[in-house]
Amino acid sequence: MSRFICPSCEYVYDESTGNPREGWPAGTPFAEIDADWTCPDCGVREQVDFLPIEQHEKELS
Amino acid sequence: MTIEATVDGTVIQWRDRKRYLWVIGAIVPLIPISAWGIHALTGSTAAWYFGPFFVFVIVPIVDLLVGRDGENPPEEVLAELEDDRYYRWVTYAFIPAQVAGLIWGAYLLGGGTLPGIAEPLGVAAKIGLALSLGMVAGIGINTAHELGHKKEEYERWFARAALAQTFYGHFFIEHNRGHHVRVATPDDPASGRLGETVWEFMPRTVVGSLRSAWDLEKKRFARLKTSHWSIKNDVLNAWAFSIVLWGGLTIAFGWEILPYLVLQAVAGIWLLESVNYLEHYGMKRKRVESGRYERVNPSHSWNSNNIGTNVLLYHLQRHSDHHANPTRRYQALRDFKDAPVLPTGYAGMIVLSWVPQIWRSVMDHKVLDHYDGDLTLANVHPRTAAKYERKYAS
Repeated sequence: MSRFICPSCEYVYDESTGNPREGWPAGTPFAEIDADWTCPDCGVREQVDFLPIEQHEKELS
Repeated sequence: MTIEATVDGTVIQWRDRKRYLWVIGAIVPLIPISAWGIHALTGSTAAWYFGPFFVFVIVPIVDLLVGRDGENPPEEVLAELEDDRYYRWVTYAFIPAQVAGLIWGAYLLGGGTLPGIAEPLGVAAKIGLALSLGMVAGIGINTAHELGHKKEEYERWFARAALAQTFYGHFFIEHNRGHHVRVATPDDPASGRLGETVWEFMPRTVVGSLRSAWDLEKKRFARLKTSHWSIKNDVLNAWAFSIVLWGGLTIAFGWEILPYLVLQAVAGIWLLESVNYLEHYGMKRKRVESGRYERVNPSHSWNSNNIGTNVLLYHLQRHSDHHANPTRRYQALRDFKDAPVLPTGYAGMIVLSWVPQIWRSVMDHKVLDHYDGDLTLANVHPRTAAKYERKYAS
């Protein structure tokens, strides 16, 4: 299970917990999420903009 | 109160000079009550119109006299500044004051009397009082805006409470997931277009935003594979706050207050949507090769550092930073030196928008200058496009 982060507000989508409120039950792979789904916290980045969390941390360091 | 941060062994100190000014935002709901004081002293019916007078005369004058404040907190203290809970309590305090002010107003609209108000108010006084309550209602939408953007779930519930007065609960859904996504594009009902008058913009944004909020929730429930006719639908549960508030006031003070409740809600919505009109007037994001619009950047919003309106609206006028970082708390919003700037604060600009000829003479050349005279880069209103092309073609 992987985690993906919104590069704008750092909301994290965790595949193991999903985001049931948004319609993505626990276990929903990130790849199955709609490409135009917007970050539930900031609304300015979409699914295609999210980064694997490892990559984001590497870019910060 | 000074914030300190240590960067590479150097201590950076910063003191927020606006720290205690933010309390002014929380006492805005008392504006109509000061009309009571003026009325008691003068006996004048005009006193009840103090709310609009405050927003459209006093605040613009303060903006012009006090001038601008371009001070930014240093990057290094932003996190600590955001975590200081004082700032959020100031915004929470608005809501009980707002509800108390509305109950007081509804009592008078229902024919109540108070010391200094010997006779029940007449129609002209009631209209003035409703407009004054409406100014609070509109500024309340701005408070809801600050709260609705936050990651904490309870702050999003506070946003619904602040929107109850205007029956505009769907705003925090449309604004966060609709307007912020489509801002400064022809697809956004809540971005003003070059050549569009504020009067044309009003029905377009009110209807378009409502439709957008409903569609966003419908889409979410389709993913959940359940009916969107549910109290879990954020549009419906936000409206439930209004039904309780308006219902309670009507039961307590009589059905005859209803036209005035509608009037104050319309005034509040109109105030908020006027701000929507001017925040992105004429701005357009380019389409990039993938067919998507380019990311929102500081050049897509109109800013102002006029301190009067900024203190009333929780730095809303530092609008470029808000669109870059929508979840950032107001006290930490920064002025971007290269972002487009309005001639005066939002309050004064609203007054200009009332007469489209004046609005256009002030704003249109600013939009054109912003795009180096290239009209094709601006978000031009279809109705006026041909006329603008003739006028600005060369």
